[in-house]
Amino acid sequence: MDYLDTTGRIFDIQRFSVHDGPGIRTIIFLKGCFLRCRWCCNPESQEFAVQEMTVDENKKKIIGRDVSVREVMEEVYKDLPYYRRSGGGVTLSGGESLGQPDFAVALLRACREGGLTTAMESTGFADFGIISRFLEYLDIYLMDIKHTDGKKHKMFTTRDNSLILENARRIALSNTELVIRVPVIPGFNDTPEEIGAIAEFAASLPGVEKIHLLPYHRLGADKYKGLGREYPMGDVPVPAKEKMQLLLERALKTGLDARIGG
Amino acid sequence: MNAVYSDYIEKSTRIPRLIEHLFEKMPEIEADRAVLITESYRSTEGEPVITRRAKAFEHILENIPIIIRPEELIVGSATQSPRSCQVFPEFSFEWLEAEFDTIEHRKADPFYISEETKNTLREVYTYWKGKTTSELAQSYMEPETLRAMAHNMFTPGNYFYNGVGHVTVNYGDILANGFEGIIARAEAELAKMRVSDGNFNSKSRFLRAVIMSCKAAIKYALRYARLALDMAEKCNDKKRKDELLLIAYNCSNVPAKGARSFYEACQSFWFVQMLLQTESSGHSISPGRFDQYMYPYFKKDLDEGKITREFAQELIDCIWVKLNDLNKARDAASAEGFAGYSLFQNLIAGGQTEDGRDATNDISYMCMNATLHVNLPQPSFSVRVWNGTPHKFMLRAAEVTKTGVGLPAYYNDEVIIPALVNRGLTLKDARDYNIIGCVEPQKAGKTEGWHDAAFFNMCRPLELVFSNGMDKGELVGVQTGEVENMRTFEEFYDAYKKQMNYMIGLLVNADNAIDTAHAQRCPLPFLSGMIEDCIGRGKSVQEGGAIYNFTGPQGFGIANMADSLYAVKTLVYDKKEISMSELKAALKYNYGKPQNADDVNKMTTEVINELVKQGYDVSKSDIENVAKQICEAGNIPEADRVRYQNIKKLIDEVPKFGNDIAEVDDFARDVAYTYTKPLETFKNPRGGMFQAGLYPVSANVPLGAQTGATPDGRYAYTPVADGVSPSAGKDVKGPTAAANSVSRLDHYIASNGTLFNMKFHPSALEGLSGLEGFVALIRGYFDQKGSHMQFNVVSRETLLDAQKHPENYKSLVVRVAGYSALFTTLSKSLQDDIINRTEQGAI
Repeated sequence: MDYLDTTGRIFDIQRFSVHDGPGIRTIIFLKGCFLRCRWCCNPESQEFAVQEMTVDENKKKIIGRDVSVREVMEEVYKDLPYYRRSGGGVTLSGGESLGQPDFAVALLRACREGGLTTAMESTGFADFGIISRFLEYLDIYLMDIKHTDGKKHKMFTTRDNSLILENARRIALSNTELVIRVPVIPGFNDTPEEIGAIAEFAASLPGVEKIHLLPYHRLGADKYKGLGREYPMGDVPVPAKEKMQLLLERALKTGLDARIGG
Repeated sequence: MNAVYSDYIEKSTRIPRLIEHLFEKMPEIEADRAVLITESYRSTEGEPVITRRAKAFEHILENIPIIIRPEELIVGSATQSPRSCQVFPEFSFEWLEAEFDTIEHRKADPFYISEETKNTLREVYTYWKGKTTSELAQSYMEPETLRAMAHNMFTPGNYFYNGVGHVTVNYGDILANGFEGIIARAEAELAKMRVSDGNFNSKSRFLRAVIMSCKAAIKYALRYARLALDMAEKCNDKKRKDELLLIAYNCSNVPAKGARSFYEACQSFWFVQMLLQTESSGHSISPGRFDQYMYPYFKKDLDEGKITREFAQELIDCIWVKLNDLNKARDAASAEGFAGYSLFQNLIAGGQTEDGRDATNDISYMCMNATLHVNLPQPSFSVRVWNGTPHKFMLRAAEVTKTGVGLPAYYNDEVIIPALVNRGLTLKDARDYNIIGCVEPQKAGKTEGWHDAAFFNMCRPLELVFSNGMDKGELVGVQTGEVENMRTFEEFYDAYKKQMNYMIGLLVNADNAIDTAHAQRCPLPFLSGMIEDCIGRGKSVQEGGAIYNFTGPQGFGIANMADSLYAVKTLVYDKKEISMSELKAALKYNYGKPQNADDVNKMTTEVINELVKQGYDVSKSDIENVAKQICEAGNIPEADRVRYQNIKKLIDEVPKFGNDIAEVDDFARDVAYTYTKPLETFKNPRGGMFQAGLYPVSANVPLGAQTGATPDGRYAYTPVADGVSPSAGKDVKGPTAAANSVSRLDHYIASNGTLFNMKFHPSALEGLSGLEGFVALIRGYFDQKGSHMQFNVVSRETLLDAQKHPENYKSLVVRVAGYSALFTTLSKSLQDDIINRTEQGAI
């Protein structure tokens, strides 16, 4: 079988993204995730199963469809002129691409062969053997490090972080650029100490230069309702600008190129 | 100013004060020019028209009051009051007379007019009855043409009632050689002639008229030199006194002779720019490639240590302010179509040199600074983009765009140059193109492009297909048969093409009638001296003196027609989900939309106007009766209403232009051909050809208000799509998808320009990655052979708030169409249209 005929399950494709990797990018959202982070802004991405979600005015929307790499690339290539002009390309997101390795790796390979830059937003929660298949075709690994404390990590995401931290170290040793991303979640990791610990960890990884602090937002709240679920964050407010600035300053102390936002 | 680049130059404190003075009061109509031209015409009865024009120009320039405004460095004002206008009775006057009592309070572009001015103009107008270009033009039009215009199929109002303008002269030549250079050329040409030559009479009169006009311009500048000297004598402020003396020194040299300094070049440029607009009332007199012809003077002064960058920037800023000092009153209907007091003086930076190398220079960047400093609608600032345009230039332009001023507009050399070569320009001339008015390319100093020759509403011929050529009880189109009997889509499409071809023919008849009238009644000797090869041919530009001659009427409603025809094809013929007779009824009853008072009023007014036009005496009870009947007609059975609303739902689900769906976009490309291709086959009286533009200025709003419901799901009387942009709110796949769709149209054939509007939320351009993404979007669209792009970068909330509190947003500039305007000066409906254009964000 031609690798382009590999199929996988996605739930969205977004074009003209300028904040998740270099240049103008198309983001492919893969369905299914290993973690259940309380603040997740894409709750419809968590289950691998195809779901129904109620969107505005009680319209039902089917979330998730099975597509071949070829079909996705057809959509991806529509913005080829813009990638060329900006050094842009494709970013895999989700969900967790590591959950569909055959499909995701084939996608990255197709992008690479098409001359596009590749990036992936990922938790890094998988056997390194799987991750190493990705690295061959991946320019930038945008990896979430949510906390350095294993217990707290497990409490808020349902998974321990030791595999993630171990994988971060191994990815850092590869040829793929590793960028650390930290969702800043009130009540979870929004103290200078906690952000500091994450930043120190990131700075200790060989070759890592960039860390992005992504402030918690509530844009996903309605989706929980649409899925018939309770929003786990309740009415927790988004972090204040001043607080983000404070955390940024802490992260900068490590010598990393830190910034707020992707 | 948070500039990415360090070549930003701070604004002089003089500039805000100049602007404040300019906007202190409402624009006013002044009568001096009208009085003077009438005096002159009364004394030259029976002489050749070209001689009369020159004598009148001379009489005006010798006697019109002149003024130097406070703190000005560049002088020359067409009116005593700032931002005011003269009137031009030789083109038309009835409309103004009819609006004497309403023009001050009308919604679009109001002007103050004093009782004294009204009385003076009334007297002046007694002379002009039967002598205007507009009356002569009308007499040349065929009855079916006039009927089609009365039914709003198209409107050639621009040149029908005004001068043509829409030209760029060879500024560089005047800066280098002055008007004495033109006089010398004309005299040499005269000297070559023998009285026995066949064309001696017309050519010699023309050349003498050119000479007389140039001498008048020189004398006019000398009046300013004297005024500046007088003012300097009385001035106690040492600094201002020195400034006035320098102004006097400049005006005694230019525009008579070549400029000796950058400052003189600026002053010389300005005299040319303002005097062209005193000779005739045409708008879109465009400065063109300002950075190219000004640069040598700047470079020389800079190299010799005679000027600082700061002072050069201040002078350029002063010119930017002065470009807003000129104004023009239009009739109420046109004022809506060109809303925002705009004169469309398009000034362009960057691009290529004649020999195909990058042309960007210091002045190109200073033009961007000036646009930021002055933050006013004029000049319509544009940039040329080609594969070799420096990235820094693009980023700098993007920074200007980001401020929300709606400027610059971006033009693609890679499309426009070959498109012009295809129209017969030499490669060298094509590479040197600039933009006229909104989006129309041409070669400066060699072209009479007659751009902006008419608005052609592509939706109206489709209405005629549904009515078998009838409109409001009269046969206006051709009889293409009952629409219900059309068996195939091809038959239906063919009927549309027949209606289109017929209307395009009438449009050509109207334009050529007006063209002929201008040549016979208003040739312009002053302008003609600055356009090649008028002197050699001994003919004015109006008579075909220019090297390149075109007529460019613009079509609009492409997106509506593409979506309409595609919906008919899909739902009526392919899927057979609705029948043609159902669709016809749904359109008639506006998709079952409950009538609001506004619609009833609009329809009532239309019917009453029609009755009055036909000579009926209409009483108040008649009006009430009509309104009642219209209300009853809207009272359709509930079952029908539901069906019509369902039809609209079905239509809304059919794929639309603007979403990067190749099949729909290719269809749109073909639909655009129904306008652009037939037009190419026609000739104008100056020996040139017709070429289509696809842009609406702002006429998509008022002319949409005259258009019934269309099969794309558009309700009656709402705006039609602007330019080549997708219908408002119909492009939902993001900016790259919309740009890809628009790029699938054939922009080369629409060589009079295409216009693609995109609205961005300011957040989309945030940070360097935002700017870089924005630049890549333009580059990517241009790589796919789109021709033009422009942006409004302003949030929806801001615009809504500006509607509520206009007093807080007096300086909010938005992109309307091929130009920018102050948002608060626009009519409510046009404001709404801008707010409703799809806003593109970045993810």
